[in-house]
Amino acid sequence: MSGAAHHHQDNDFLFKYIFSTDHKMISKQFFITGSFMGLIGMFMSTIFRLQLGFPGESFPFLESFMGNWAPDGILSPDKYLALVTMHGTIMVFFLLTAGLSGTFSNLLIPLQIGARDMASGFLNMLSYWFFFISSCIMIASIFVEGGPASGGWTIYPPLSALPQAIPGSGFGMTLWIVSMALFIVSSLLGSLNYIVTVFNLRTKGMSMTRLPLTIWAFLTTAVIGVLSFPVLFAAVLLLFFDRSLGTSFYLSDIYIAGSALEVDGGSPILFEHLFWFLGHPEVYIILLPSLGITSEVVATSSRKPIFGYRAMIGSILAIAFISFLVWGHHMFVTGMNPFLGAVFTFTTLLVAIPSAVKVFNYLTTLWKGNIKFTPAMLFAIGLVSTFITGGLTGIILGDSTLDINVHDTYFVVGHFHIVMGLSGAFGMFCGIYHWFPKMYGRMLNKNMGYAHFWLTLISSYGIFFPMHFLGLAGLPRRYYSNTEFPMFDNLYDLNEIVTWFAILAAFAQVLFLFNVLYSMFKGPKAPQNPWDSNTLEWTTPVEHIHGNWPGEIPEVHRWPYDYSKVDENGDYIGGADFIPQTVPLGENERDEGH
Amino acid sequence: MFDLLILVAVILGLIAIAKVIQVLELANNVKGTSSYIVSEKDNRTQARLMPVFLISYFAFIIWQVVKWGDEMLPVSASEHGVVIDQLMNITWMIIIPVFILTHIALFYFAWKYAYDKNRKAQFYAHNSKLEMLWTSIPALVLLILILYGLSVWGDVMAPLTEEDDPIEIELYSRQFDWTARYPGEDGVFGKSDVRLIAGVNMLGLDSTDENAWDDKYVKAEFHIPVNRSVQFYFRSQDVIHSAYMPHFRAQMNCVPGMITQFNFKPTITTAEMREITGNPEFAYYLLCNKVCGAAHYNMKMEIIVESEEDYNNWMNEQKEFMEYGKYSFSNEKNDINKEVLAKSTEAETKNSAL
Ligand code: HEM
Ligand SMILES: [Cu+2]
Ligand SMILES: [Cu+2]
Repeated sequence: MSGAAHHHQDNDFLFKYIFSTDHKMISKQFFITGSFMGLIGMFMSTIFRLQLGFPGESFPFLESFMGNWAPDGILSPDKYLALVTMHGTIMVFFLLTAGLSGTFSNLLIPLQIGARDMASGFLNMLSYWFFFISSCIMIASIFVEGGPASGGWTIYPPLSALPQAIPGSGFGMTLWIVSMALFIVSSLLGSLNYIVTVFNLRTKGMSMTRLPLTIWAFLTTAVIGVLSFPVLFAAVLLLFFDRSLGTSFYLSDIYIAGSALEVDGGSPILFEHLFWFLGHPEVYIILLPSLGITSEVVATSSRKPIFGYRAMIGSILAIAFISFLVWGHHMFVTGMNPFLGAVFTFTTLLVAIPSAVKVFNYLTTLWKGNIKFTPAMLFAIGLVSTFITGGLTGIILGDSTLDINVHDTYFVVGHFHIVMGLSGAFGMFCGIYHWFPKMYGRMLNKNMGYAHFWLTLISSYGIFFPMHFLGLAGLPRRYYSNTEFPMFDNLYDLNEIVTWFAILAAFAQVLFLFNVLYSMFKGPKAPQNPWDSNTLEWTTPVEHIHGNWPGEIPEVHRWPYDYSKVDENGDYIGGADFIPQTVPLGENERDEGH
Repeated sequence: MFDLLILVAVILGLIAIAKVIQVLELANNVKGTSSYIVSEKDNRTQARLMPVFLISYFAFIIWQVVKWGDEMLPVSASEHGVVIDQLMNITWMIIIPVFILTHIALFYFAWKYAYDKNRKAQFYAHNSKLEMLWTSIPALVLLILILYGLSVWGDVMAPLTEEDDPIEIELYSRQFDWTARYPGEDGVFGKSDVRLIAGVNMLGLDSTDENAWDDKYVKAEFHIPVNRSVQFYFRSQDVIHSAYMPHFRAQMNCVPGMITQFNFKPTITTAEMREITGNPEFAYYLLCNKVCGAAHYNMKMEIIVESEEDYNNWMNEQKEFMEYGKYSFSNEKNDINKEVLAKSTEAETKNSAL
């Protein structure tokens, strides 16, 4: 970081707000872009939920802004699939991968390890701009002829490879591939930067076992991303070849739209393997940052050290490692060798062990705590609940035998929304409520936060819990309506209830959006350390400056979880229920992280 | 114009809310409370909401079970399905208590340990014994589940043998319908190739292959005899589909370019299932369960399970491949057959037994 160059930039609007290389600004850019995408994704879900809750009913306002996607106010079947696909893609990649990691890894890595910025501010800026362009292309793909990609976020060929198969597999699909390629570049630039920064730029005294769990989670997430996203890149590249250059990596023996194609020897199963080699770790790319964020918030708000710090790190690493060995559980019924299925069942159920450890450690952290119910803490508690609820149904899906009958049904939709969608979203909300003062120097309104939390929690379970029942009744996912099978006739009401909750959920997010926008400009000024927290970011000035600390970077003397530490007489050491990492160890004090 | 008005109304509404919040905040400042610092009162309120939520959550789940429990799939209509259901029930019996206990702990702790300025949190950073305990107990339980699950898996996926004397059916998928093919009297499926698809020869059967001549194929519904194993082969002509027969706890993807397999033995006839469910209209279905295009949600076939006798009668009524039209199949050149077959008219397709 050369100081001179930065002085020049300070004066320049363009470089301060647009082409900023400052990690705090880039974090905000990711937050705003990611949230914007998230809003679109959510809006899409309410529209297709209208169709599912009230199949065949006409909603004239749909036609007024969607035109021929909803003739006579009824969403058309192929555009239903287009919306589901875009919803899934946006939520998984744009909101909960780039939006989540981009916001918090960028904000917190330098601040919590005591670095003046990322290892490479320039690459960091590029990472954002690749993401931005990728987002624009993905949004643009909605408006092209034939509509956007419509084969599901998993874009299995041949459906995604052949424009004859579904309108969305035309130009819209090409744009999907281009957008994802840029997205992957963005993700790799970001992740490499995070990894290098954590390993090389920690301040004096900040050993690996003094890192907050957030940093451990972000670091591990970045490593997973670097190892798995290139595989997705390869997969979509080959798909691109199949689509545009006449190769047949994934295609063989196909007769469609009245003629047999000149393709031979390929297999869509190859694509599935490549896709899920990323696809499963992707779940943890979403989940781990959320677990890191909530670990930090649970400890701070319980005024207690996180229980089993080392076990928490160990389980993060174990989950990351196992996540690379389980991709086949998405393919139990593709005709894979049953022996292989058995191996994947084994590895999949193993993940439950470190996950269970995490849950018990959360619970023990709450036990005998002194809990301050900030909105962030409420979302952290919510996450523990969703992580348990969704994780347990994973034991059913991960068992190849049981998966035969629930695979690709609404049971799966319920499961992954709860364990990944809700946990990811709750982690993100938790982080925003907790670090908003650090991001914008202002406070969010807590009462709106409370209302937002309860409405979100209630509507979330209202949406996704009933889906387990739909799935157990045999209802497949990605169905435009369940009116075609008499066996689903009695499920109408249930579907309607889900839709009402989805509408409620959407309103709750408007509340959040409002709170954020309002507080960004009008919120009360943030104090130096609003949550009495130990970590380094709260030692930086409230007003952002380049290089984060005006003088020397502080030295670290202890782990981050010295909350409510008492001496022999039962008095707080240091006189308060928290001891920041910058405070040297007392005479008889032990550093607990070691 | 109307849309514009709505937009204006929404914006005005938001501005109004913003003003109200500002006023409330000012009022807070006057009262000395704050809109962001968590007060004692907040802690009490939120803490109380914890058990309230827990109870409502449980109640909501119980309500669903009571109200929708009957809509779940009825007893398994296949032999292996009964074993799968047992495994499912045992898994639930492990999952549900864990769910209940951890949720009680979570919300109870949150309620019980709400902030009190006269109390100190207990500095409790680790306990190796406890951690070993809750690593090894889940590990043990999971090990049992894995072993049990895999033993069932082995049975379910085991190939049939001669002794099972299975009937064989090929389920052929395309956008957006199913065709079921039976090998006919000779018990051997004729060769097929997508490049031979034409007109009424919708499966691309190779008419130069004598084995194909007596193959029978049907649409809309297919029949199977009760208590006899069925060996299914699955093929697809265009994109990936998935043959999902939930009542039989059976599912297998149909992948273009390869043949996949599954087998089961139906144990309950359609008529019997109508009695069991008390629904005189009850029908078994084959559904498509892999998104395959716009009409994916409507890609179905009825499955009729009946006595061996009824099944044979039905089978005898079905046309053999050779009977489609008056074409004689020569053994010489495929191209000729293709042309001949292509001539078969739409009308004929409709008139045939299909
Ligand atoms: C407002 C809240 C949400 C609602 C009402 C909602 C609803 C739904 C529904 C009903 C489906 C299934 C549609 C079908 O199979 O036909 C679906 C699919 C999906 N959702 Fe959501 N969802 C929400 C939030 C999220 C979030 C936060 C995520 C983030 C992970 C997410 C990720 C996905 C994915 C990956 C799919 C699968 C898309 C596909 O089948 O290709 N959703 N959503
Ligand atoms: Cu997975
Ligand atoms: Cu299909």
